[in-house]
Amino acid sequence: MTAVLNGIFEPGLFTSEPVRVAVVVGGAVALVSAVVGVFTVIRGQSFAGHSLGDLGTTGGSAAFLVGANPLWGFITFAIIGAGAMELFGSRRPRGRDMATGIVLGAGLGIAALFLYLGTTQDNTTGATITILFGSMFVLRASMIPVFAVLSVLALAIVALLYRPLLLSAVSQDVASARGVPVRTVGLLYLLAMAVAVSLSCVTIGAILSTAVLIGPAAAALRLTKRPGLAIAWAAVIGLGVTWIGILLAYDSYYWPPTGRGWPVSFFVVALVLVVYLLSDFASHRQARRAGAQAMAARKGLGGAAGGQPEGIRARGAR
Amino acid sequence: MTDVLRPGAPREEILSLDGVSLWLSGREILHDVAFSLHAGELTGLIGSNGAGKTTIFRVILGMETPSSGKVLFGGHPRPRRNRSIGYVPQNIGIDPDMPLRARDLVALGLDGDRFGIPLPSRRRRHLVDEMLDAVDARDFADTRVGKLSGGELQRTLIAHALIARPRLLLLDEPLANLDIRSEQEVVGLLATIAKQQQIAVLISAHEMNPLLPVMDRVVYVAAGRAASGSTAEVIRADVLSALYGQHVDVLHVHGRILVVAGKDEAHHPEGESGHTVVPRGLG
Repeated sequence: MTAVLNGIFEPGLFTSEPVRVAVVVGGAVALVSAVVGVFTVIRGQSFAGHSLGDLGTTGGSAAFLVGANPLWGFITFAIIGAGAMELFGSRRPRGRDMATGIVLGAGLGIAALFLYLGTTQDNTTGATITILFGSMFVLRASMIPVFAVLSVLALAIVALLYRPLLLSAVSQDVASARGVPVRTVGLLYLLAMAVAVSLSCVTIGAILSTAVLIGPAAAALRLTKRPGLAIAWAAVIGLGVTWIGILLAYDSYYWPPTGRGWPVSFFVVALVLVVYLLSDFASHRQARRAGAQAMAARKGLGGAAGGQPEGIRARGAR
Repeated sequence: MTDVLRPGAPREEILSLDGVSLWLSGREILHDVAFSLHAGELTGLIGSNGAGKTTIFRVILGMETPSSGKVLFGGHPRPRRNRSIGYVPQNIGIDPDMPLRARDLVALGLDGDRFGIPLPSRRRRHLVDEMLDAVDARDFADTRVGKLSGGELQRTLIAHALIARPRLLLLDEPLANLDIRSEQEVVGLLATIAKQQQIAVLISAHEMNPLLPVMDRVVYVAAGRAASGSTAEVIRADVLSALYGQHVDVLHVHGRILVVAGKDEAHHPEGESGHTVVPRGLG
């Protein structure tokens, strides 16, 4: 028993300072991303979310070039990008996607320049890898307060806008007729998304930040039909994949081929995919079972179906 | 409801449009539109696609500002935010993954514009249940909104609009894409709501016949112009011909009304071929 446990939790796991910081910061960031991500998915802004991560690349590489902490680079550029998207975007989804694409292209072009300048100056590719794919085990404990403040900020925006966000995800027109300042709500939400994405740019990498923003949320939406539960599920999944990812990455130091360990980000992203596929499978099974039950109930009722016209017809069709 | 209407008693005016014109990017979308809506009355806003029905809704909702004319709400200019108008838009598509049940959407009608996370409250739940019953939506109260049928979603959105106790309820093409039975159910429901809750209900439709049994008034829109009054006053060959600027015939067939382009070439001013100006399916 102890041997098995030792096999899973390799020696030194709980005493290692980098692991402890990774568990705290990585976990918090994943939770924030997952919660914010629920609204990204239901608002149909996955592309914008991904683009903010890519813009983080620009910011991270700029920060690397001037020797600043990458977090500030990520966050500055993500917020500028969010503002630009809102400025160019319109209410039409296609117009919004176009604006996002244009801002994204410009940002990545600049990132290419900065990364080129940075790597040719210092003759190292380490920075590129760190910016693109994250570095959970090199986080410093001194950064914890900054991460905490930014996490709380993103979560507070989402909590404040909870109802207006849900309503405008159903229909912008209905929300607007109900008195929701749709534009302001959208802009504030983009800010929350920019903060969440910037945080995960540091932990899991600019390129992979989409995975923790969209993945847990998408899986959660398959599992429940209630908004509060969807957020709770997303948080649990985000936290779970990150912690298991850290564990596996630590263990992988003892794995072949190199004995150097595999990157955390790889494990986290792989786990996100697995969880999504599992939840998709679960929801299909549930739907089939519900369908079979409805069919049986209708057979039992016989002619009584006439009393509830609309519902029966509609559900029978699915 | 206790208030029983005396026949012929003047009904309270909820909304009036007076000489409303609207220009958008150099085109006149609405021309001198005038009508009023009254408490307890169901009014049909009838016209073909593109006649200006949705634009009239947008003007009433304050999403467009008229180039000229007045929109008065209870005799006053409408406030910027107006909780007393309920709005049900034209068939919105909702993603099947949207984590909202029908009852959640109805609850958002109560406080969807408020900040913060709502605490579960017995009063809130009771109000939602009451409203679900009023639109006969108990059967699908716990179904995801993205999986509701057209008629079910329609009723859910009506409950969403009504729970805020509006004075005026606007419905944009609520009968589009409904089968005949759901159509009759929704029409009956709306007529009941107008009478029982004494609110003004405005329903837009390109097909007027389903509304004939319940419509107290009609606003007929063609090419941005409107004529209003009772069905007998408005749906007449001379009134509609003047509205279309070409001769049209109004035929009564088994209690249904058909508006068809006439053959009289003399009446249309622009020299267009007389039978193409009025689109099919006018009602």
